[in-house]
Amino acid sequence: MIALLLRDLRLAVRAGGGFGLGLAFFLIVTVLIPFGVGPETGLLSRIAPGVLWIGALLACLLSLDRIFALDWEDGSLDLLATAPLPMEGIVTIKALAHWITTGLPLVLAAPALGVLLSLPPSGYLWVLVSLALGTPALSVIGTFGAALTVGLKRGGLLLSILVLPLYVPTLIFGAEVARRGAEGLAVQTPLLMLAGISFGTLALLPFASAAVLRINLR
Amino acid sequence: MSIWEYANPVKFIRTTDRILPWVSVAAVLCLVTGLVWGYFFTPDDYRQGATVKIIYLHVPAALMAINAWIMMLVASLIWIVRRHHVSALAARAAAPVGAIFTVIALATGALWGQPMWGTWWAWDPRLTSFLILFLFYLGYMALWSAIENDDTAADLTSILCLVGSVFALLSRYAVLFWNQGLHQGASLSLDKEENVADVFWYPLLVCIAGFVLLFVALVFLRTQTEIRARRTRALLARESRT
Amino acid sequence: MTVRDLAVGRGGVPVLEGLSFTLAPGRALVLRGPNGSGKTTLLRTIAGLQPAFGGTIEGAGERIAYAAHSDGLKSMLTVTENLRFWAQVFAQSDIEPALDAFDLRGLEDRPAATLSAGQKRRLGLARLMVTARLVWVLDEPTVSLDTASVARFAEAVRGHLAEGGSALLATHIDLGLNEAEVLDVTPFKAAPRVSLEDEAFL
Repeated sequence: MIALLLRDLRLAVRAGGGFGLGLAFFLIVTVLIPFGVGPETGLLSRIAPGVLWIGALLACLLSLDRIFALDWEDGSLDLLATAPLPMEGIVTIKALAHWITTGLPLVLAAPALGVLLSLPPSGYLWVLVSLALGTPALSVIGTFGAALTVGLKRGGLLLSILVLPLYVPTLIFGAEVARRGAEGLAVQTPLLMLAGISFGTLALLPFASAAVLRINLR
Repeated sequence: MSIWEYANPVKFIRTTDRILPWVSVAAVLCLVTGLVWGYFFTPDDYRQGATVKIIYLHVPAALMAINAWIMMLVASLIWIVRRHHVSALAARAAAPVGAIFTVIALATGALWGQPMWGTWWAWDPRLTSFLILFLFYLGYMALWSAIENDDTAADLTSILCLVGSVFALLSRYAVLFWNQGLHQGASLSLDKEENVADVFWYPLLVCIAGFVLLFVALVFLRTQTEIRARRTRALLARESRT
Repeated sequence: MTVRDLAVGRGGVPVLEGLSFTLAPGRALVLRGPNGSGKTTLLRTIAGLQPAFGGTIEGAGERIAYAAHSDGLKSMLTVTENLRFWAQVFAQSDIEPALDAFDLRGLEDRPAATLSAGQKRRLGLARLMVTARLVWVLDEPTVSLDTASVARFAEAVRGHLAEGGSALLATHIDLGLNEAEVLDVTPFKAAPRVSLEDEAFL
């Protein structure tokens, strides 16, 4: 399992692995927002937490179809299925690799991009915390979507349609933590809910992803 | 004689063929009675005026939008556990009907909201929940149409329906938390205090019955169509192989 | 490994049925049959990738190392990295014998992307040796191999058999494995019939 994680990480940072693409996308979206809504600082600082969350979510979505597609094409997925690894373990490791290569950089970059959007000083901590807690859920849910659409031609668009509704609760609670934090309000309730969603999906969704992947390999 | 006998496609078609005309007629009768009664023979509300009458479309459609999803969930579970093809096809058949009910609920909600709240759309928890439900319907139908092998599609959509139901429920509470809304409380609760007045209540019940019957009739009809389409393909496949 | 009265199919349509054979340790079995006769489907079923329609497979499961048409190589990883990854997945560590057996010396640090088709195939087959599994299930293992490499592959199979392993191969060419039994799957072709999932609708 650790070998699989290391391999996926190594593949991501090698040429053509797409590491950093999500990060670049996140940066560009964040830069484009002020062009769209105007440069007024008050407005920007008010919407900054939400924009950072939406940007992170879209950047995450962008790289989902790579989770299984490459392994499917070159036959490794078949071979992994016959290896002595449980399918649930494989999908969990895949989600973890996706989070490390996509989610984690987004979390770390978010405060820097917060400067561009004049995020209030009190918001930095909570944007960081909410993304750190929420992006694993995005990766796990996305892995489920990727498992559903593996092997489909033009699965990318379908993947977005399937995954985005599933992202709603995570987005609501995550952005709420960031927003309340930025405004100096109490964050406990949404923070607990966000943590609940993250841990809940991490515990349960791999079973659904593995079932779906087995059906697709058949 | 067990209920699972109806899971046989041929038996299902034969039985529903017999029931379908009655259900259809009953649906039309209920809808006509309920709507005519509601629109022409009830007084205007003292606060909301004539706009209140959109309730006769709005509430039943909203109710059935949720019930259709629940029916799909049950059908998906039956498919996963017992692998009856009719069950999977019924879930598939119900999805577009449920989606249209959701659209009706949203559209009538907008029409109602305009004179009442002064806006076509508000990010009210209930409206938002229905919008999200609509997105779930879209994803479900998109997945069905994207996969070529019917049994694989049935398996995958069933699991999506299961997972989607959990997330739809989560979204419902997330949205409630996110924005306390303008929407009035439940129109239909057993608690008399917050209920609508009897004079609106009875035609509403008839309308709800009409919508339920309409849903049943449409799902029967659409499931029959799905079964016949599968049967045609099976016959063609047999012909080409022998 | 024992297969009894096995029926397999693809997309719900039965392809082969009534298939029975035994593969003892130290023995090899070569499957023959024209294209589309169901060899790949049979091997995928035995490897556990798809459910059987009927019959039983004993002694398979965790003892099988499966190699398909595609090698499952990552083009951005080097030969050693590819091999070491699969060794770790199967909880092994020694990849040296595999490198020797398939003549991959001198290529160790080349990314798989720069290998020729035959070299890739050799690397894909070398993967079998690092799985430490007893039953090799091979689907067209000699595609794009030259004569010398085919001989080297046959040698590797022979070595595996000598160590008490066994091999099930689907192939069209003669490997020079004289001791191998041959099973032609053509007689087991399933009667033309609609798929099981369609049957419910007739």
